[in-house]
Amino acid sequence: MKFARSLLPFIGALVLAIPARAAADFQPAIVFDFGGKFDRSFNQSASEGAERFKKDTGVAYREFEITNAAQREQAMTQLAKRGASIIVAIGFTQASAVEKVAKQFPQVRFTLIDAVVDLPNVQSVNFREQESAFLCGMAAALASKSGKVGFVGGMDIPLIRKFALGYVEGVHFVNPSAEVFQNMTGTTPAAWGDPTKGAELAKSQFGRGADVIFHAAGATGIGVMQAAKDAGKLSIGCDSNQNYLHPGSVLTSAIKRVDVAVYKSFDAARLGTWQAGQVVLGLAEQGIDYSLDEFNRKVITPEMEKRLNQAKADIIAGKLKVSEYKAQ
Amino acid sequence: MSAPTKLPRWAELALLPLLNLGFALLLSGVIVRLLGESPWAALKLMVAGSVGTQEGIGYTLYYATNFIFTGLAVAVAYHAGLFNIGAEGQAYVGGLGVGLVALWLGDAPRFVVLPLAILAGAGFGAAWAFLPAWLQAKRGSHIVITTIMFNFIASALMTYLLVNVLIKPGQQSPETREFGAHAFMPAAHDLLARAGLTFAATPLNFAFVLALAAAVLVWIFVWHTRWGYALRVAGENAAAAVYAGIAPPRSIMGSMLLSGALAGSLGLNELLGSQHRILIDFTGGAGFVGIAVSLMGRNHPVGIIFSSVLFGALYQGGSQLSFDMPKINRDMVVVIQGLVILFCGAMENVFRAPLTAVFARFGRSKTGL
Repeated sequence: MKFARSLLPFIGALVLAIPARAAADFQPAIVFDFGGKFDRSFNQSASEGAERFKKDTGVAYREFEITNAAQREQAMTQLAKRGASIIVAIGFTQASAVEKVAKQFPQVRFTLIDAVVDLPNVQSVNFREQESAFLCGMAAALASKSGKVGFVGGMDIPLIRKFALGYVEGVHFVNPSAEVFQNMTGTTPAAWGDPTKGAELAKSQFGRGADVIFHAAGATGIGVMQAAKDAGKLSIGCDSNQNYLHPGSVLTSAIKRVDVAVYKSFDAARLGTWQAGQVVLGLAEQGIDYSLDEFNRKVITPEMEKRLNQAKADIIAGKLKVSEYKAQ
Repeated sequence: MSAPTKLPRWAELALLPLLNLGFALLLSGVIVRLLGESPWAALKLMVAGSVGTQEGIGYTLYYATNFIFTGLAVAVAYHAGLFNIGAEGQAYVGGLGVGLVALWLGDAPRFVVLPLAILAGAGFGAAWAFLPAWLQAKRGSHIVITTIMFNFIASALMTYLLVNVLIKPGQQSPETREFGAHAFMPAAHDLLARAGLTFAATPLNFAFVLALAAAVLVWIFVWHTRWGYALRVAGENAAAAVYAGIAPPRSIMGSMLLSGALAGSLGLNELLGSQHRILIDFTGGAGFVGIAVSLMGRNHPVGIIFSSVLFGALYQGGSQLSFDMPKINRDMVVVIQGLVILFCGAMENVFRAPLTAVFARFGRSKTGL
């Protein structure tokens, strides 16, 4: 409900906004990473934020989807040269490119999502994914009848371990004796786009007795969720709100509001309130959350909702600490 | 049709590839048209973006450098009758060798680091080709299967190392720290500036020259040495090779190790020349493009250089295209690249028969060439 309500103004704006003539000197730009802007997950969320900004303000933006590592720097350099006012770089893999290009173009503003670059013209936006993963772990443990739950990650990288760690803590917070099966899909970036393998991993975890699986695997997760639907079990979505994919079979989603981060960054740059530095978005800042809408209303019982919201309040208040995975 | 006549050499080497390329572009143009953009404007953008500016040329040749290395790697194996699908993995592990040297000795003088990095890249790449080669030579395990498997093993190994061992502490991205400045391959614009010429800043670097040198060495090795001769004989006909006193297992080992060493040199361009750190998936599919490059270049170093530049131009022109024409997204660019591979690689013989017929009819007097 809350999520649906938060969408209302945007839907309204979508219908009503008459594109105003934009100030010609403000040119926002966005660079997506390997996943591409239609990954139904992380990059897509960013793309939606940018689209919404365009609808609301009438300001067009430039975009680029990279296909190889060298293009990150190339795209940013080119955008900067062509007079981009702000460049939003999506994904931690862009950090080194942002660092290089931001030094060369000190007058251009950069917003980097999911990594930190410490420069006077770079804003680094990070999320406390472990907090939503924790809540999803709690939801999984509360919904599980077998006391066994699963996790399917995409590529085995620190970010995904961060999800996994928060999830496991959440599960054990509710049920200390619960068993958590963990699988990573692969070791290449292909692991983000392999629904078939995602489904296989999910099936094997169901076979071992799991009845709820959380995925943090981009498009691979589509397969995880399909397998859960086919087996009559539950899945938990990631990054975007994926509850609508299989109503009744998706327990909830760990939402990461990349769209809000992109939108805010563009808008702040437009209004001149943009600031460099580090921004960390967690539950308290509504940068992340678990999702509750009409699609999963039936699977989240009022008791579950109560416990989840209690934990959420405790995390926000600092009474409940969730560990963060640190790359050594 | 009459008995197959041979095409004149110039038609074989220039006309046929150009015809294939032309048809690929024509078909791409149709698709661009269907997407509602002007094919002519798209072509102009691609050409101008890839060879029309200093930056375009720099990026084109920078991509081409990768393809020359992997293309040569595929070609050397091909001449020994082996289809090396593993250039990708060999390049990846070769890059590890290059990167380790650069990380350890990044502050040592350049004339120490760079030769060692070159040796390490070649050595690691060759080492990664060793097992598949040995399995093929001694056990008859098919090289296509084993090299594909080794690509995945390479990927798993590199991810493990980058995530758990080599990662720069305290960051998300599985990358090493930046190499010491002495381990950077000299950039083309710096080298040209020293010669008094100004050139736009691009990732093009000295590795391009090394790639050209590698092409010359491959040419000498394959066509002008006894080992190269033995390798080609064993590739053409293993039984005849044995009869001639050549041991096919030895030429299998030799060609695969050389192939791995060439692929492993990709890191010189990509890591020392451009990224200056080891990062996940830096090969970006160049090992597979190398197969297309080698086939299109008829497995000859000169052909490989030309087709590498063509593919470099497609990469660079394609990214320029998707940059300036939002309707042509990166997937569309892959389609265009795929059509070029299809026409120039897989279907290169489609136009051969008609072309031969045309030459047979009109050029009968000239066929004595």
